[in-house]
Amino acid sequence: MGGFIGKRLLAVIPIFFFATLLAFLLIQLSPVDPAEAYLTAAHIHPTEELLEQKRHEFGLDQPLFVQYAQTIMKMCRLDFGTSYISNEPVWQEIALRMPATLQLAFSSIALAVIVSIPIGFLAAVYKNSVFDHLSRVLAYVGASIPQFWLGYLLIYFFSVKLDLLPVQGRGSWAHLVLPSLTLALGLIAIYSRLLRASVLEQLQEPYVLYARTRGIKEKIILVKHVLKIAISPMLTGLGMNLGKLLAGTIITEEVFSWPGFGRYFIEAIFNRDIPVIQAYVLISACLFIVCNLIIDLLQMYLDPRISWKGRSSH
Amino acid sequence: MIASIRTGLKSQKTAAICAVVLAILFLLSILAPWIAPHDPIHVNLALKLQSPSWDYPLGTDHLGRCNLSRLLYGSRISLGFASVIFISSLLIGLVIGTFSGYRGGITDQVLMRFSEGVMAFPSLVLVLGLVGIFGPGLPQVILAMVMVQWVYYARMFRGMVLSLREKNFIAAARISGSSQWTIIRRHMIPNVLPPIVVMGTLEIGWAIMDIAALSFLGLGIQPPSPEWGSMIHEGKSYIRSNPELMLYPGMMILIIVMTFNILGEALSEHFGVQRRYGKDGAR
Repeated sequence: MGGFIGKRLLAVIPIFFFATLLAFLLIQLSPVDPAEAYLTAAHIHPTEELLEQKRHEFGLDQPLFVQYAQTIMKMCRLDFGTSYISNEPVWQEIALRMPATLQLAFSSIALAVIVSIPIGFLAAVYKNSVFDHLSRVLAYVGASIPQFWLGYLLIYFFSVKLDLLPVQGRGSWAHLVLPSLTLALGLIAIYSRLLRASVLEQLQEPYVLYARTRGIKEKIILVKHVLKIAISPMLTGLGMNLGKLLAGTIITEEVFSWPGFGRYFIEAIFNRDIPVIQAYVLISACLFIVCNLIIDLLQMYLDPRISWKGRSSH
Repeated sequence: MIASIRTGLKSQKTAAICAVVLAILFLLSILAPWIAPHDPIHVNLALKLQSPSWDYPLGTDHLGRCNLSRLLYGSRISLGFASVIFISSLLIGLVIGTFSGYRGGITDQVLMRFSEGVMAFPSLVLVLGLVGIFGPGLPQVILAMVMVQWVYYARMFRGMVLSLREKNFIAAARISGSSQWTIIRRHMIPNVLPPIVVMGTLEIGWAIMDIAALSFLGLGIQPPSPEWGSMIHEGKSYIRSNPELMLYPGMMILIIVMTFNILGEALSEHFGVQRRYGKDGAR
């Protein structure tokens, strides 16, 4: 088991290395000269002399590999440089907006899990019933509906027509409802199908047959045994859909004017604020890798069989 | 046995219905210039925000443009560019993936490590990052999407080649003196077609969604082009008075993406191809 954890941790290193290298090279493609952008942001007329001086200061006259190493070292100290637009350290700006994004992400995961467990479970238990078909329709719609459109639909019904919930911004709990729902529907579509498939798979297992022949009540078999085991693949689903969630927060934040990290990223794209773009890409890759690692380990803890199946080989 | 035949027939029926819906949509998009009642970007402020009439079947938008014509031309943009992205990333992935799987060694190692790096990012985030670097605009968006997508195809083709090259008929072809390229062309590519069809169907749906999302954010196709995502972006200001301005284009995206998704699933059932969950998750 310890060996598995070690191997899994080691496997992260090359991925991390290549992901950060990619993000770094991406910035190198940019036609914007950081020195010039910095001076312009500080309202200093960029003379050739000043540019040289700034380039030296930023280490831009160093070989690419040295620059890459420096970027990583700085990143470990949470130093992502200064924004071209506000001239503030990027990390400060991000730390300011991060809680809003995390709140949105967690509340929609919670909502998705709470809603999709009963849907997926009942759809499997009453396979091919009306409920199952309805849940299938929900899954198709949830997987195919554009998030930005869903957001406006919800705004239209709940804010404009019924006047129940606020349209935009962050503050009270009421502000959180529509954005979370927007973000959660796509996840509900995936989780409920995942759980349904996994419950159906468990129902084929011999232990269910034995339990039935022993005369244990169907309800107890389903809830205490089948559901408990069947939930595990949902964790993998959670890990695999973190990317979707992350991309979703960008769009949802834009629709609901949610003052988070994703909206800041879009603003940075419009302003060609390269340090912010780089920081977002790097941080999202790290989050993605770390969360997947945590979920893998958590799953192994829940189901120790996984580590003996030789999953560590890849 | 009977049950499996029944599900087989059912998936065939679903696939057929979806194919018909898509064929109609493709036809409408091709015929848009002839069947659209008006010029989709012709502004006529005297006719702004009209309700449906014989002349304007779906009414007009805030600039007096015909909604129906804009929707029809929008399908042209979405389907067209999604196909361009799909075909270019497929071809790049095909060439590089097949080559890398066939050659193995260092080439293969480099490709694998590179693709893992790309896949460490949620794909929309990487596309947005690239658009951020290149600057907003349609060519940049297409380039960014192809740059991210081809990696997934390359990995798929590489995997297939690796499993195929061990097969006896490949060995037989090699012994009988066929050249490398003949083996790839005559024996490997026909074997990999079904998964491509499945993947392609799902991929085009996703591409349509991503193009719309980027245009909605204002980074992709710029107004006055009648792209569905940017139509929603323009329509959102009129959500109180004229909600249909944002309802119609969203409905179009939903219908078209859902049809592609259902078709993809039915085809994967038909061919017995596993859907790739990994990619799904990256979005």
